[in-house]
Amino acid sequence: MFDTSSLAKAIFGRLTLESLPLHEPIVVGTFIVVALGGIALLSAITYFRLWFYLWREWFTTVDHKRIGIMYMVLGIVMLLRGFADAMMMRLQQAIAFGGSEGYLNAHHYDQVFTAHGVIMIFFVAMPLVTGLMNYVVPLQIGARDVSFPFLNNFSFWMTVGGAVLVMLSLFVGEFARTGWLAYPPLSNIGYSPDVGVDYYIWGLQVAGVGTTLSGINLICTIVKLRAPGMTMMRMPVFTWTSLCTNVLIVASFPVLTAVLALLALDRYVGTNFFTNDFGGSPMMYVNLIWIWGHPEVYILVLPAFGIFSEVTSTFSGKRLFGYTSMVYATVVITILSYLVWLHHFFTMGSGASVNSFFGITTMIISIPTGAKMFNWLFTMYRGRIRYELPMMWTVAFMLTFVIGGMTGVLLAVPPADFVLHNSLFLVAHFHNVIIGGVVFGAFAGIAYWFPKAFGFRLDPFWGKLSFWFWVVGFYFAFMPLYVLGLMGVTRRLRVFDDPSLQIWFVIAGIGAFLIFLGIIAFLVQIAVSILKREALKDVTGDPWNARTLEWATSSPPPAYNFAFTPVVHDNDAWWDMKRRGYQRPLAGFKPIHMPSNTGTGVILAALSTAMAFGLIWYIWWLAAVSFIALLAVAIGHTFNYHRDYHIPADEVVRVEDARTHLVAAGAKS
Amino acid sequence: MTLAVVPPQNSEPVFYLVDEHEHPEGASTMLGFWIYLMSDCLIFAMLFATFGVLGGNYAAGPAPKDLFDLPLVAVNTSMLLLSSITYGFAMLAMEKSRVGAMQAWLVVTGLFGLAFISIELFEFAHMIHEGATPQRSAFLSSFFTLVGTHGLHVTFGLVWLVTLMVQIARFGLIEANRRRLMCLSMFWHFLDVVWIGVFTFVYLMGMLR
Repeated sequence: MFDTSSLAKAIFGRLTLESLPLHEPIVVGTFIVVALGGIALLSAITYFRLWFYLWREWFTTVDHKRIGIMYMVLGIVMLLRGFADAMMMRLQQAIAFGGSEGYLNAHHYDQVFTAHGVIMIFFVAMPLVTGLMNYVVPLQIGARDVSFPFLNNFSFWMTVGGAVLVMLSLFVGEFARTGWLAYPPLSNIGYSPDVGVDYYIWGLQVAGVGTTLSGINLICTIVKLRAPGMTMMRMPVFTWTSLCTNVLIVASFPVLTAVLALLALDRYVGTNFFTNDFGGSPMMYVNLIWIWGHPEVYILVLPAFGIFSEVTSTFSGKRLFGYTSMVYATVVITILSYLVWLHHFFTMGSGASVNSFFGITTMIISIPTGAKMFNWLFTMYRGRIRYELPMMWTVAFMLTFVIGGMTGVLLAVPPADFVLHNSLFLVAHFHNVIIGGVVFGAFAGIAYWFPKAFGFRLDPFWGKLSFWFWVVGFYFAFMPLYVLGLMGVTRRLRVFDDPSLQIWFVIAGIGAFLIFLGIIAFLVQIAVSILKREALKDVTGDPWNARTLEWATSSPPPAYNFAFTPVVHDNDAWWDMKRRGYQRPLAGFKPIHMPSNTGTGVILAALSTAMAFGLIWYIWWLAAVSFIALLAVAIGHTFNYHRDYHIPADEVVRVEDARTHLVAAGAKS
Repeated sequence: MTLAVVPPQNSEPVFYLVDEHEHPEGASTMLGFWIYLMSDCLIFAMLFATFGVLGGNYAAGPAPKDLFDLPLVAVNTSMLLLSSITYGFAMLAMEKSRVGAMQAWLVVTGLFGLAFISIELFEFAHMIHEGATPQRSAFLSSFFTLVGTHGLHVTFGLVWLVTLMVQIARFGLIEANRRRLMCLSMFWHFLDVVWIGVFTFVYLMGMLR
C-alpha cells in the first residue's frame, strides 16, 4: 500500500514508511524513550481521571494566570528537548577529532543544530518570556484579566501547535538542515527537497500567529486596563518592558510571517523570490528575516531587563534608581532595534558607508543598555541587599551580560566582524547574552514569582545548586568558544582536523554537562518544593516584602485577581499602600464580571496544526479539509455572544474569608 | 533610612474602589483591531518592499508595459473605491439604526467587492494565459504575491461581510454587532488605502519603468 501508486499519494502525500527514520538508531532510541514517557504520562492522567479536570480547568481556560503557567510548562518541557540537542552537539564536537567521524552523521547533525536554535528561541525563550508577561502584567496593573481572554487561550495553543510540529519532525520525516534561519538558496526546493524546511516554515507560521495575537492582546491590556491612578510613568518597570516587547512583537512578527510565506511560495509554487535565477535574490531573504530577527532578540531580553529591575529593587529594599531613565532606555532600545539588522551580515558586501551606519547604530544600543546596568548598580548601592535566589541570578546576569555586551560591541565593528563572522566567537557571543540575559532572567523570574503563582516558595538549597551549576557551567561551556572563534573556527562544523583544538571542545563539553546538572537540579527543586510545600508556604501573599501590585493579592491569586480594583498613588504602588497603613477590605464584596472558558482555542489550533501537517506532506485533502473546518469553527465561534459570567458576591465573600482565616492562622503560628 | 515617617495626608487615602470597576465590553476592541491592522500593514509593507527590490527583474520576460491594461485596472480601482463609499453609507444607516437600508448598502458593497475580485481574477487569468506566470520572473512573483495578497484580503472581507449580515439579520443591531461592523469598516477602508498604493506603485509607476 505504501508504494508510489497514485492512490497512496492522494491519501498520504509524500508520507511513506521510509519517512520514519527507522534507520537512525539514535532517533529510534529517543522515540522509544519519549513514547514510553508519553504513555506513562497519559496513563497517569487517565488513571487519576484528570482528563476532564485538565480540559475544563486548564486547556479551555481564559484565565491569564493559568495560561501563563501553561506557557512556562511548555517552555520548560521544550528546554529539555533543546538542551538534549545541545548536549549532542557538544559531544559530537568533543570527539570528532583525528579522523573520527564522531557519532552523528552529517544528515543528522545538521538537523540537530537547526532544531536546537529554532526550539531554544521559539519554543523555550518565547514561551518563558510570554508566560511571565501573561502571568504578571495583569496583576501588576491591577486588572482582572487581559483585554482579549479568548485570544490569549488561542495564542497559547497556536504556540503549542508549532511546538508539536517541530517535535513531530523528529519522528515523522526530518527537520531542516539549514541553520535556524533557513537561508536560501539552501532552503529552496532545489537544495532541500525534503520536508525539513516545510516543517520549519509551517511550525513557525502556526506559532507566529499566536505570538502576534498575544502581542496585540498585551499591548491593549497595558494601554486600556490599568488600575485608576496608574499613569504610564507609574507603571512597574516590568510592565514597561513588556509593553515595549509587545510593541516589538507586533511590529516584527508580521515581517517573519511575510518572509516565510515568500519562502513557502518559492518552495510550493515555484516563484522566484529567493532563487539564484530569474531575477530572484537570496540576500533579500537575509535582509527581511533579520528585520524580524534583530528585534526578536530584544523581544526576549527586554522582559528579562524588567524582571531584573523588579528583583533588584525588591531585594535591595529600595525604590528603583533612575526609574525615568530606565523607561526611556527601554524605549530607545525598542526603536534602535530596528536600525541594526544589517550587522548580522556585514560580509554581504553592501559597502563601507552602509556597514558604518549599521556598525554605529549597533554600538549606540550599548548606551541605553549601559544606563540600565548603572541603574541596577545604583539601586543596589547602599541598599539592604538580600541574596535570595532571584537576586543571585540578577547579579550573575549583570556580570555575564556585560561580557556578552562587550563582545557584541566588538562584533559591531565591521572590520572585526569580517574576521569573526559565522565563527564560534559569534556563537559564544549570542549564547552569552541569551543565556546570561534571557535564561538567567527567566530563572530569576520563576524564583521570584513562583510563590505568587502557587502559594509556596521554591526550595532554596536546590535552587542555589542549580544556580551554581548553571553559572559555572555557562562559563566553562562558552568561554572556550570565544577562544576557538578567535582562532578562526567556524560554526556548525561536524568534524575537525587540527588536534590542538580538541581540548577546548572537551572543556566546552564539560561546561554543557554542568549546565545539564543545573537543569536537573532545577527540576529537582520544583519536585522538592512541591513535597515540602507546607514548610515553604506563604500565606501573606507578599513573601519578599515586595513593591508592586501583584503582591497585594493572595498567593495564588483568586480567579478575579483583586476583589476590589486597587487605586494607585505612586510608583511601587504596593509599597506605598503598605507604608501608609493599607487595610485589606473585609466586607462589601460585589459580583465580579469575568470571561467564560471556551474550547474553541484548542480546536482552532488543532485544526491549524493539522492543516500545516497536510501542507508539509503534500496531503492536500487534509490541508483543504482542515482549512474549511478552521473557517467554519471560527465563524461559528462568532455566533456565540455570551462569553462572560458573574462570579456571585457570595463566592467572592467565601474566597476572601478563606484568605482572612489563612492570614490570621499564619500570623498566629 | 526609616520608613516610619508617614507624610501628612489631608485625608484618608483611597486604596481601592468600592464599586465594581467595569470596563465596558469591547472597550479594547477598536484599539486592538487598529494594532492588528498595523501588523497587517507591515505584511503589505514587506510585499511592497519586495516588489520595490525585485520589481525590475524581468529575467528577459514580459515587463509591465507588455502586460498591464490600465483602463481595466482603472475600472477595477473604481469598483473598490465605490465599495468603500457604499460601506460608508451602510455605516451612516447604522448610526440611524435603519437596519434595512444598512443591509442593502452592505449588499451593494459586497457586489462591488465581488466585481473587484472577478476583474482581478480575469486579469490574472489573462496574464497567465499569455505566459506571464508567477514563476516566470522575480518581477512577476512579487507582482502576483502583492496583488494576490490584497485580493485574498478582499475575499476574506467578503466572507466576513456575509457572516456579519447574517448575524445582524438574526440578532439585530446590538452593541456587539455595531462594533463588528466598525471593525470590518476599518478593514475595508484599510484595503482601499493599500489598493491605492498598489495602483500607484505597481501599475502607474510600472508603466513608467
